[in-house]
Amino acid sequence: MSDLDAFRGEIRAWLEENCPPEMREPARSDDDICWGGRKFQFKSEAQKQWMERCAAKGYTVPDWPKAYGGAGLNPAEAKIWREEMNRISARPPLSSFGIWMLGPALLKFGTEEQKVHYLGQIARGEIRWCQGYSEPGSGSDLVSLQTFGEDKGDHWVVNGQKIWTSYANKADWIFCLVRTDKTNKYQGISFLLFDMESPGVSTKPILLISGNSPFCETFFDNVSVPKHQIVGDLNRGWDVAKYLLGHEREMISGAGGNDRLNTIGAYAKRNGLEDPLLRAELAMFDVDALAFSAMGEKFLDEIKVGKAHPAQPNMMKYAGTELNKRRHELLMATGGSAALEWDSEGSGRGSKARTWLRTKANSIEGGTSEVMLNVISKRILDLPGA
Amino acid sequence: MALYHNEDQAMLADTARQFMGEEGTIAKQLRHWRDKSCKDGFGHALWKQFAELGFTGILVSEADGGLGMGNVEAGIVLEEIGRNLTPSPFLTSSVMAATALGGGNDELRGRYLPGLLAGDSVFAVAVDEGPKHRPERIATRAERAGNGFKLTGQKAFVVHGGSADMLVVAARTAGADDDQDGITLFAVPKDAAGLSQDAVRLVDSSMATHVKLDGVQVDADAVIGEVDAGRALLNRVLNAGRVGAAAESVGVAGGAFDMTTTYLKQRKQFGQLIGEFQALQHRASHLYSELEIARASVIKAQQLLDAGSEKAELMVAVAKAKAGKAASLAVKEGVQMHGGIGMTDEYDIGLYMKRDRALAEFMGDMYYHAERVAQLSGY
Repeated sequence: MSDLDAFRGEIRAWLEENCPPEMREPARSDDDICWGGRKFQFKSEAQKQWMERCAAKGYTVPDWPKAYGGAGLNPAEAKIWREEMNRISARPPLSSFGIWMLGPALLKFGTEEQKVHYLGQIARGEIRWCQGYSEPGSGSDLVSLQTFGEDKGDHWVVNGQKIWTSYANKADWIFCLVRTDKTNKYQGISFLLFDMESPGVSTKPILLISGNSPFCETFFDNVSVPKHQIVGDLNRGWDVAKYLLGHEREMISGAGGNDRLNTIGAYAKRNGLEDPLLRAELAMFDVDALAFSAMGEKFLDEIKVGKAHPAQPNMMKYAGTELNKRRHELLMATGGSAALEWDSEGSGRGSKARTWLRTKANSIEGGTSEVMLNVISKRILDLPGA
Repeated sequence: MALYHNEDQAMLADTARQFMGEEGTIAKQLRHWRDKSCKDGFGHALWKQFAELGFTGILVSEADGGLGMGNVEAGIVLEEIGRNLTPSPFLTSSVMAATALGGGNDELRGRYLPGLLAGDSVFAVAVDEGPKHRPERIATRAERAGNGFKLTGQKAFVVHGGSADMLVVAARTAGADDDQDGITLFAVPKDAAGLSQDAVRLVDSSMATHVKLDGVQVDADAVIGEVDAGRALLNRVLNAGRVGAAAESVGVAGGAFDMTTTYLKQRKQFGQLIGEFQALQHRASHLYSELEIARASVIKAQQLLDAGSEKAELMVAVAKAKAGKAASLAVKEGVQMHGGIGMTDEYDIGLYMKRDRALAEFMGDMYYHAERVAQLSGY
């Protein structure tokens, strides 16, 4: 038996013993996700146990180094971990922007002190992070952002406004792009971290078409940020942001290794599937979805060895989000009038309809599909004037 | 296994790309043989060169003198074949017939494989009986007669049938037309009495035949594998053909795409390069995405097939359907973006469109394979 087989056996046994039965079915909606943080209310004892047991072993962030709260798994071991999790349909013990986005940025750009401090908090689910990028006048054209940090010696005083800050009202800290030099567009932005409870920070949820408010407007009114709370060099925050956008696009594309082998058609059949044309649409969709899951796997394999085109995350983001929107259009069609229910108990308070509406943002947030296509044209296809 | 080529495979890809880019070009092969109205539709000298490079024996075991490689490696050659629209009997002979013969006994392999390895023999595979791929239904009968069997029925869309020294024929030795069981594969020599073929030239200038089996008498030693229990071997042959055709489609799509993006960077209208128009940029970028995803599905299917995984069946269907969809988009966008010259015979882009159409039908189109995805997924 190889070392990896032995490792698989260990993981399987550990999961068998430690993953509560309630956590062995996919999350039905955002409500089932464990986000961690100071304000988070666990939905059940099982959810709490599952997160804490994983955190104790570093399994909330299995491929981070042990010194920073991870389990130090190498890529082959991390793949086994995902496969074994998928095998029992286990939910992720902890989800957060800290894990997906800030973590990778800190691992690459952070100081040793920052890594030990912030990554540990993320891994243990103690601090929930939000991302301050977009501004009212800077959406697709992110680099035109205006939020300004004035140099006051040992700290900056930040003034400005962010928009589309995911879960800002539930987050504990923010990683934020702030202009620190008005004379240089790209090399005048810094990547700052600060507490959302700092005096001068306020948030206002934005009611969306889904009836939910996952995004906020976030206002900064003379917020003081100590100088050591910067990631990377002064005025070089755009490098960090670009690196991170790659991760965000990867995440939104769904390439994170979710097991999508349960085809949408198989799901539809459980609800009765009598329309042959709908069935045909589902089959064509499943071809695309299964092919894309192979693409996700190939993309991750290639990233590990530096074979992926640096702009490939843009393709993944484009294709993955467009696919997800189609998935939810078809889920609505298979659900029929039952999927229209908005607040009934039986519909999970309208989870189908709300999720369907939510997915429309997939191809807007983190760079619109049109921007992704622009980037592919320019950086991969090298088309003129792109 | 990682979803990219390992070092040996990358070397093979370099060899195949260089060889096909020099010897298998549209000018030297496809147009040359087409304009001569060649009855084979391909060149035997090129087939000998395939043999010299070892390509003909990629899927033949080392014990039988081949390279003992897998569908990933066969697909590497097929992608380059697709990119250059190189006409050759590689897919029917070295992929499908070789897979069939791999399930045959020593005597049968000894009879046919040396000719294949040397590039002297060409084989064809006769499964379908109508204009659409429906291998679930096999009406051609083989009845026991004398020392062997007597085959009666007809086969359609037998690619390279007219050039083949031997046809792998799927026939029914038991049961009803739609039964899963009762299938036997036969190696039928081209000159067997009662075998007749009508040759037809297809839209892509390749040659196929309608085969008539009018009481064709073969000896018992023409049976490949087990009598009545040939369905599993037939499925292996079909899956190798499907994933191979998918790999070739990816090559066709890639060739059309490269021609098209090159054109976008050269052609000027309204005082600017047409590649500067965002309407075209976005369509080209969408096409790029589709091609990348198709390529991923194909290598995934190849690897699963080579590993003998139970998931291979589903992924092969996904790959054939997805590659077909992507290639169809690539050739349609290719012709449209070339504008008027895309409609001329002088430009190659139209040849890609024709090849794609033929490949799409071969071994099942995207609708057939989407249906398989549905069935294999339980709906």
